Amino acid sequence: MRYLLVEDNIELAEAVIKRLALDGHAVDHATTLSEAEDCLAAASYDLILLDVMLPDGDGRDFLVRSRAHLATPVIVLTARSQVSDRVGALDQGADDYITKPFDFSELEARCRAVLRRRGGSARNEIALGPVIFDLLAGTLQRGTETLELRSREIRLLEVFARHPGQIMSKSQLMDRLFSYDTAVTENAIEVYVGRLRRRIDSVGLRIETVRGLGYRIEIDAA
Amino acid sequence: MMVVTRSIGKRLTLLLAGVAALLSVLSWSMVTGLAREATQRTQDNVLAASATTIAETLRSEQGAVRLELPYAAFAMLGAISQDRVFYRVTADDETLTGYEDMPPPVPGRQGQVMFDTANYRDAPIRMASISRLVLAGDGPVLVTVTVGQTRDGVGAIAAELSQLAAIFSVAFFLVAVALSAFVAQTSLRPLNEIAAAVSRRGPSDLRPLYREAPADLAPLLNALNRLMDRLQQSIRRSEDFIAEAAHRIRTPLATVRAQAEIALRTVSGEPEKDRLRRIIRAVDESSRSAGQLLDHATVAYRTEDLARDRLDLADLVAQTVAAMEPTAAMRDIHLQVDGVPTPISGDAVLLESAIRNVLDNAIKYAPEDTTVTLGITHAAGAARLTITDQGPGLGDEPVDDLIERFKRGKNTESIVGSGLGLTIAADVLRAHGGRLDLATATNGSGGACVSLVLPLV
Repeated sequence: MRYLLVEDNIELAEAVIKRLALDGHAVDHATTLSEAEDCLAAASYDLILLDVMLPDGDGRDFLVRSRAHLATPVIVLTARSQVSDRVGALDQGADDYITKPFDFSELEARCRAVLRRRGGSARNEIALGPVIFDLLAGTLQRGTETLELRSREIRLLEVFARHPGQIMSKSQLMDRLFSYDTAVTENAIEVYVGRLRRRIDSVGLRIETVRGLGYRIEIDAA
Repeated sequence: MMVVTRSIGKRLTLLLAGVAALLSVLSWSMVTGLAREATQRTQDNVLAASATTIAETLRSEQGAVRLELPYAAFAMLGAISQDRVFYRVTADDETLTGYEDMPPPVPGRQGQVMFDTANYRDAPIRMASISRLVLAGDGPVLVTVTVGQTRDGVGAIAAELSQLAAIFSVAFFLVAVALSAFVAQTSLRPLNEIAAAVSRRGPSDLRPLYREAPADLAPLLNALNRLMDRLQQSIRRSEDFIAEAAHRIRTPLATVRAQAEIALRTVSGEPEKDRLRRIIRAVDESSRSAGQLLDHATVAYRTEDLARDRLDLADLVAQTVAAMEPTAAMRDIHLQVDGVPTPISGDAVLLESAIRNVLDNAIKYAPEDTTVTLGITHAAGAARLTITDQGPGLGDEPVDDLIERFKRGKNTESIVGSGLGLTIAADVLRAHGGRLDLATATNGSGGACVSLVLPLV
């Protein structure tokens, strides 16, 4: 997936880019609206993350201006929590909004929801041997057989799928899976991994327990 | 504190009435004076004519002065009133005929009629006298004819005219007072209309006042509009300030949170990870509180002048659910909506914020892999949106306490929250003439069951 991030705070932008890159996305960064316009003229993006308060204007004005010729879905990043502001962003053509500071898992979830809702040409698939993992649709496909996964199963499987053959620790999985406002024990991870293991067994994907270290995905060569 | 001085209307009426009173008195005294003058002149003319008539009969006969007293000379005096008439003819200070004790005439040139007023026989009299030289035996003799008349009749006529004038003056005064009141009221009407136009407006309507007004009120209207403009600018400035402040506070918080989250993925030691998690939690806590404080302020501001738009509660629920779905999905919580078209009236932004706050609680507190149901029912003229979760429920505290500001249930320690969510929802519903009901779910899960009750339209 190729994202355009329009955000004037360099440190926040770097963190977002780093984090999205960890999930395998390419991110272009614009710090002003005019830079964003240049980027949009030069390349096509799957999704735009747009800050509302930028040095050369209001992100929402930009939305109104460019909505007519811009088909790319937009998620607005706003620091205001006033309801009117959120509604305003949606009225002006944003597909969704997220308030700063945001949870990365929530940002991802919203990006995925917007991309899924917009359908279009966006594809985000990972091949796990003979199995095609469609991250947007949340499906596993092997031949004619299709398996639908639930939200958390998708995210858990995504962690394994992006690191084939690597051992993922329980704590790594935990950070990826849960937001930090919930207290989660490592037992919960065992429960989720166990559940995912049972679900994906039917398409021939296996999650192996590495005692004392964590888990690793195994892909059937066939 | 406003000090109320006497009303302009009353002041204007009193002023105009005072002027009218002054004019009335003036006109009365003028009419009275003129009447007195006119009657005086009439009497004088007749007296002069009478004296002249008598003087004309003077002639010299055998060295002596003779005269006739023509009847007409006295008849003409009788014609104007029934007053007593006196006369006296003197020749060189010697009385020829008439009343000897009449007051002496004013000396004047020959042939000129002189008038005088004096008291005679206990009554004021008006006298006219004329002198003439008559050639008698030894030479010319200065003969003076004096005719006098009491003034009762003349006074009566003057008094009568004066009385008439007084009646007219009073009538004029009364009419003038009535007109003053009317004029005062009419000239103040544009002012009252402006006042009514301003007070008809809602507290947040700060558009300039464009309306027809007399030129005199233009400065007032302009000043009013300038004040409204300044007020609007000041409100906009503080709104901009809040937005700017939120931006300046939350962007660094977002940076801290993002960096901490990345660090969390790169460090391996469990104590370090725990520390980072605590940082993230603190960031969440403060940003959430700040957000809800702002929301609470917005709610307080908007409920003061509540919009009354026609809305469908089911639409609002659908929109809110769509916005919250990704958050719920992160915890594999299924949002089940069971809505029927439900016409209500109110402020969409506020109602959505109320629904969001309640739904946010449900999603936060419900265990993962459970269902939160949103159902709309109608009963007794009220719409009831019930949001039921399968969470830990409300505990055994009095439910009213949970709605209090910053009050959180005792079983919520591990979850980030500010304690303002239910307060905001309750405030919004109260402003819409509804209420927030808290109960324990009846589906056996022991979860919370929060109902938003709103009047149906």
